[in-house]
Amino acid sequence: MSTIRIPPVLRENVGGSRTVEVSGSTVAEAIEDLFGRHPSLRERITEDGKLSRFINVYVNERDVRYRDGLETPVGAGDTIILLPAMAGGTA
Amino acid sequence: MAAAGGHAARDILGTIGGTPMVELARLAPHSGVRLYAKLEGSNPTGSVKDRVALAMVESARASGALGRGQTILEPSSGNTGISLALMGRLLGHPVRIVLPDNTTLEREELLCLYGAEIINSPGAEGSNGAIRLAHSLAEADPDLFMPYQYGNEANPRAHETTTGPEILEQVPDVDAFVAGLGTGGTLTGVGRHLKHAKPGVRVVAAVPLPGEQVQGLRSLEDGFVPPVLDESILDDRYLVSNRDALIGVRRLLREEAIFAGLSSGAAVAVAVRVAREMASGAVVVLLADGGWKYLSAKLWTRGLDELSDDLASSLLW
Repeated sequence: MSTIRIPPVLRENVGGSRTVEVSGSTVAEAIEDLFGRHPSLRERITEDGKLSRFINVYVNERDVRYRDGLETPVGAGDTIILLPAMAGGTA
Repeated sequence: MAAAGGHAARDILGTIGGTPMVELARLAPHSGVRLYAKLEGSNPTGSVKDRVALAMVESARASGALGRGQTILEPSSGNTGISLALMGRLLGHPVRIVLPDNTTLEREELLCLYGAEIINSPGAEGSNGAIRLAHSLAEADPDLFMPYQYGNEANPRAHETTTGPEILEQVPDVDAFVAGLGTGGTLTGVGRHLKHAKPGVRVVAAVPLPGEQVQGLRSLEDGFVPPVLDESILDDRYLVSNRDALIGVRRLLREEAIFAGLSSGAAVAVAVRVAREMASGAVVVLLADGGWKYLSAKLWTRGLDELSDDLASSLLW
């Protein structure tokens, strides 16, 4: 099991939870498991079956785009963070 | 940009750029790697944004987009606004800055001292909220000129033509470059220059993990990827919590006696991590501002837990 952290903007789709425990050995499997538990989330964060470009996915603080993407392996103790794209700070 | 020693600058704008590079031997995680910091706090208003503001204003004046005496409007959580306010004071442009209402007191005071007018946007909406408000003000008044650093190519170009070459001259054997991700201008511009000169250089972004109260998205479609950010330049991207950024900023002060701002602490945290994973080589980290504008937030003196909670609702980088 790994943990997915849900950003505030998506919590209404997961019954208000901040985190959801999921199974799966890759990020893709973990997110599929999340969709299975909270079906309304699928429509909110996917476009044409793919994850929205406004969602960044991090595993243990590292962006999966620069690792193996959604095939990045995850396991017990790993934290997956779904983070909406936002304007940065020291602007 | 900055005069290379010896003679007087024509005015304060001539002192922008040409910032020092210093080795961080005490923070390097092992003896195989060298870690260096580019001290952007040495710019006139104390941040890297002087380079960006100068480039945006100069190119707009040259193209005629910014007319004589025309008012400048810009969304900014502080540093860019202060830099633009300096330009406005010197070059005769009134400046209005849309500033989230949860930054530090120092920023508001500096903006006022340089003569800028502050328009507050709701802090809970973060930088996105300031950008939205600035766009609507600019649309309503065509006499305003908005440089818009998030979408202005002069922003990355300033780094491609000044910051990047300075880094390569100061650390010719640089293997990795780390900086915080805000507009994406620094990473895109420096990254372009370094990769053109040395294709194997890694460019790594430190991304703030926003506190929940400042994740002011009304919907996902509100999400925002800055147009000037060229994501293909990045080789890696790490999230940094406020807590880790604070630890970084304190290590900089305690171990290297460098007084820097919060995003510098985050960038250093990532640079140390990158350096740790390298067998040998040189890592350059850009410290975007000095610590002065954060004194009232007491980043160095308050308890870490209390401060981390507090930062969750403010916008400091």
